[in-house]
Amino acid sequence: MGRYLLRRLVQMVPVFTGATFLIFLMVYALGDPVTALFGDRGPDPATARALRAEFNLDKPLWEQYLRYMGKIFTGDFGTAFNGRPVTELMANAFPISFRLMLVALGLEMVLGVALGVLTGLRRGRALDTSVLLATLVVIAVPTFVLGTTAQYLLGVELGWIQPAVSPDARLDELLLPGLILCLVSLAYVTRLTRTSVAENARADYVRTAVAKGLPARRVTVRHLLRNSLIPVVTYLGADIGTLMAGAIVTERIFNIQGVGYQLFQGIVRQNSPTVVGFVVVLVLIFLLANLFVDLLYAVLDPRIRYA
Amino acid sequence: MPDQGRLPLPAEDDPVGGGSGPPEPAGAPTPTLAPAPGRPAGPGASPEPDEARGLWRDAWLDLRRNPVFLVSALLICFLVLIALWPGLIATGDPLRCSLGRSLEGPSPGHWFGFDTQGCDVYTRTVYGARASIAVGVCAALGVAVLGAAVGGLAGYFGGPWDTALSRLTDVFFGIPMVLGAIVFLSMITLSGIWPVVLIISALGWPQIARIARGAVITAKQHDYVQAARALGAGHTRLLLRHILPNAVAPVIVMATVMLGTFIALEATLSYLGVGLRPPTVSWGVDISAASDGMQFRNAPHILLYPAAALSLTVLAFIMLGDAVRDALDPKLR
Repeated sequence: MGRYLLRRLVQMVPVFTGATFLIFLMVYALGDPVTALFGDRGPDPATARALRAEFNLDKPLWEQYLRYMGKIFTGDFGTAFNGRPVTELMANAFPISFRLMLVALGLEMVLGVALGVLTGLRRGRALDTSVLLATLVVIAVPTFVLGTTAQYLLGVELGWIQPAVSPDARLDELLLPGLILCLVSLAYVTRLTRTSVAENARADYVRTAVAKGLPARRVTVRHLLRNSLIPVVTYLGADIGTLMAGAIVTERIFNIQGVGYQLFQGIVRQNSPTVVGFVVVLVLIFLLANLFVDLLYAVLDPRIRYA
Repeated sequence: MPDQGRLPLPAEDDPVGGGSGPPEPAGAPTPTLAPAPGRPAGPGASPEPDEARGLWRDAWLDLRRNPVFLVSALLICFLVLIALWPGLIATGDPLRCSLGRSLEGPSPGHWFGFDTQGCDVYTRTVYGARASIAVGVCAALGVAVLGAAVGGLAGYFGGPWDTALSRLTDVFFGIPMVLGAIVFLSMITLSGIWPVVLIISALGWPQIARIARGAVITAKQHDYVQAARALGAGHTRLLLRHILPNAVAPVIVMATVMLGTFIALEATLSYLGVGLRPPTVSWGVDISAASDGMQFRNAPHILLYPAAALSLTVLAFIMLGDAVRDALDPKLR
């Protein structure tokens, strides 16, 4: 287990470097942070040169990248051009987005697996068909349409919720945004669980469990579900990254000042240290989540051993 | 769940199960086994094109009777038709608007009403098909070609090639698609469908590459590939003539399903203001304009029609992908 973990962590290094370098390349090679700083008026050439020298923008790209990464590992994500350190922005944004993601992931797991098991055990019945149809609709209608419509109907027309989330983003306020954020993934989790459960319901070990007289509930939860969850867990792990990135849309709709919101502000204002800093952290979260999922396999399926 | 009466064991819709007896009631379809003795292959003819055609013909026979496939295929044919020739069902000009009719409701001759700018919503919805479908189709093609090439080479050559290409795949897989696309599109100054197609292809191929790699590794171990190699076939011939036809099915299925999600992604990017931009007529642009400041509050039709058209299109492609996968996946037969 220890050696496997170590090998995986070492493998992550080139992937992390490559992914962050690509983002770095996009931001620093395609955009021009100094020109963006001056907006519509062109910068004075001497000032521009001085700024470029100050932020090392006149060095070759790979050198800029190395300097940047070197700083990151000492905890310095650079100063945003507006003077505030990027880490301060992160300290405010990440807890909010993390809460939103937990709400979304929780809803997705509980509702998705429950619906998947119910429909998987009763394939072809009315409940199965209607849930399946609902998942198709949810996948097909874009999130931002569902989000704005739900915000309008529940927040403005019916007044059940506050249409915009307050700056401290309490959990109860995040319920609807979390649901909107996870809806598409929820549909996929439901379908995945359904297929997996339906396939495994015919497996020999389930037959054995039923034959030896275990109550149906125990068979479902302890025997059937445990094995059926492997593809679902894989999906959920990969989904953490998608949820974090998808939060850009949701956080914009509900005015939540989390990672997506700050990242979007950074992109619109071409505030390079903000964009690269946030994306670097997001990529790291994504990679770690995938690693965690691989380790979880061994817990779910005792046949899998890591040497 | 206290009402859990019993477990379907084996599932009710299983026609073979029920009887215990010996495992594997070897009766029904085992298409991959020995060639039928009654039909010897021609002298020297390699058997694999026949087998490949068999899978595709089987799939086609299956699909022809599948209502989901028929409905989605018809819908897609219709959408492609109006994407190519929108003038067939809409006579107006999507860019000729009169502010005087801003947000007017539906009326005879203008079934869908008018949007904020006073443009006819019906005309814009019909003309919007072109951008959305062009982005979806081109991006899906790009993803399929790129992913199949990288994944195929990794799976076929193996060893250090596999390691290098797989790491490359992981690198691109590590960038969440919406995130990378927003960063890229906001940094460049070009607009139009091509940058959107480019970035979706550039970030979407790893999924296909992983599938293609697995499929090629399976296909290259078959006896007919060994036989062709023994007969002196080169890498190109082996890859294109022998392995490709047997590994391409999962790639096509995945690309079809992704096509639908790419159309939705284009709309999302346009909603965020970095995808397609106004003079281009697209559903994403119209939905974005409608939800901006909740404009749809007083005129729901400006949101409803483009959103419905978009959803229907995405739905059609996803259902088509599902149906094709069911037909091509022998495990589900």
